[in-house]
Amino acid sequence: MRHDFLDRYSRLDSPIHRLPPAVKLVSALALVLAVVLLPPSRPVFLAAVAVVLLVVAGLSRIPWPALLWRVILLEPFVLGVAILALFQPGGWRLFLILVARSTLCLLTMVLLSNTTPFADLLRVLRAWRMPALLVTTLSLMYRYLFVLVDEAQRMQRARASRTFTPRRRWAWRTMATVVSQLFIRSSERAERIYAAMCARGWR
Amino acid sequence: MHIPDGFLDTKTAVAAGALAAGALGLALRQARAHLPPRRVPLLGLAAAFVFAAQMVNFPVAGGTSGHLIGAVLAAVLLGPSAAVIVISAVLIVQCLMFADGGISALGANIFNMAVLGGVGGWAIYHLVSRAVKGLFGRVLAAAFAAWCSTVMASVACAGELASSHTVRFSVVLPAMAGIHMLIGVGEALITALVLVAIARARPELLQPDEATEPRRSYGAVVAYGGLIALGLALFVSPLASRWPDGLDKTAEVLGFKDKTAAPVLPAPIPDYEVAGIHWSTLGTAIAGAVGTIVVFVLAWLLARVLVPNTRREDTASPPGGR
Repeated sequence: MRHDFLDRYSRLDSPIHRLPPAVKLVSALALVLAVVLLPPSRPVFLAAVAVVLLVVAGLSRIPWPALLWRVILLEPFVLGVAILALFQPGGWRLFLILVARSTLCLLTMVLLSNTTPFADLLRVLRAWRMPALLVTTLSLMYRYLFVLVDEAQRMQRARASRTFTPRRRWAWRTMATVVSQLFIRSSERAERIYAAMCARGWR
Repeated sequence: MHIPDGFLDTKTAVAAGALAAGALGLALRQARAHLPPRRVPLLGLAAAFVFAAQMVNFPVAGGTSGHLIGAVLAAVLLGPSAAVIVISAVLIVQCLMFADGGISALGANIFNMAVLGGVGGWAIYHLVSRAVKGLFGRVLAAAFAAWCSTVMASVACAGELASSHTVRFSVVLPAMAGIHMLIGVGEALITALVLVAIARARPELLQPDEATEPRRSYGAVVAYGGLIALGLALFVSPLASRWPDGLDKTAEVLGFKDKTAAPVLPAPIPDYEVAGIHWSTLGTAIAGAVGTIVVFVLAWLLARVLVPNTRREDTASPPGGR
């Protein structure tokens, strides 16, 4: 099973990784809110946040290319909206500020997710009294995400090895079959999980 | 359509967050009250399914590809309240694990895609599939609802960006709505194809049961409707009309107006009295209305092609009959 595309670096060992997850979540939230709320008329502040983030990134021992790549992968979403700002008078300034701010927030969240295993974040959310049903859903989702992504890839590989020349006309129908099979398998799996949970005395 | 951090100002983020929290709370309450325990794990699995299904790429012309969004598919398969929980879970994981969608915009993203996309889409699905019976009706309703839900979510997204004074409504509405009218066609097609494939393989998964067809709980219907109407009234209607921005006014009354100065960029043109804006809004509205009719007809044709014989499918496909 190949699941390193998800939180690949979240289990490294570094001073940042060793911090309690609650501290990391709160400080990430605080940083994002500060960047979003503070008036952008003072670029010095944004630069200060950038320095803090770079220091954290350095301490966390996450390889720089990986970090950079993650941020670049997400940048199109930011640019897509920010570009619309160029279509109005004085838009370039707004554009730069939007991009700078969003990139800093992106870096913050990428650092958070790559230094904190998701299960730890969930534990914090549970301690913060997030509704139990939502936390259960989130943790089941996280647990089976890898399984289902893997299953989807396996089905696509099987399909690719059987369809000699994929014909465009049928491509969508085939893909839709993959998705529908994925749903059927997930609901069957849910039944089995429910039986297993009951067998272990759930509720 | 995931709004990143830094694009919404305080009042919009707070208002959308409150609406999203209200709707999610309502969905969780509904689920706790009506969802049979055996379906609880299905919520988590369905969220993982939506996530994994979004990674299956559908080839579109020119080497690009699209993917399922899944709000209406989840609502059709699991019911509206479960869909809100499932799509919210997907958005929370995308935000916390992938930094896809900002954490300060999480409320807005949940409101747009889970609440408006899921519940709004389900309402349309429910109305249409009531009017047109059988699998044909369901496929037609799901395809049409999938398109509507995508477009509605993008319009709300545009409204939120505009009421944050990030981008002018006259710019962002045609851009967002235009792109998502096209994306919505893909979403409708995928939703219909997946639904038909599930109906062929496992028709019993599509049988209505108490979880997907909630007993008439008028309270929940009114509450969802109220939240959605409030959201549209706050984010979209002020920008399309000449009325003063209700959200700005509220922020002023509550006294956190100066804090919302966050994007203190002097809004290039602070009010909406420019003639061109109304034309562009009107133009988008007309295009939207025409598009809706065209899509309904297309959805009808699509359902006809996918479900050729209504009568045979009505009596649930015989076992082993595929």
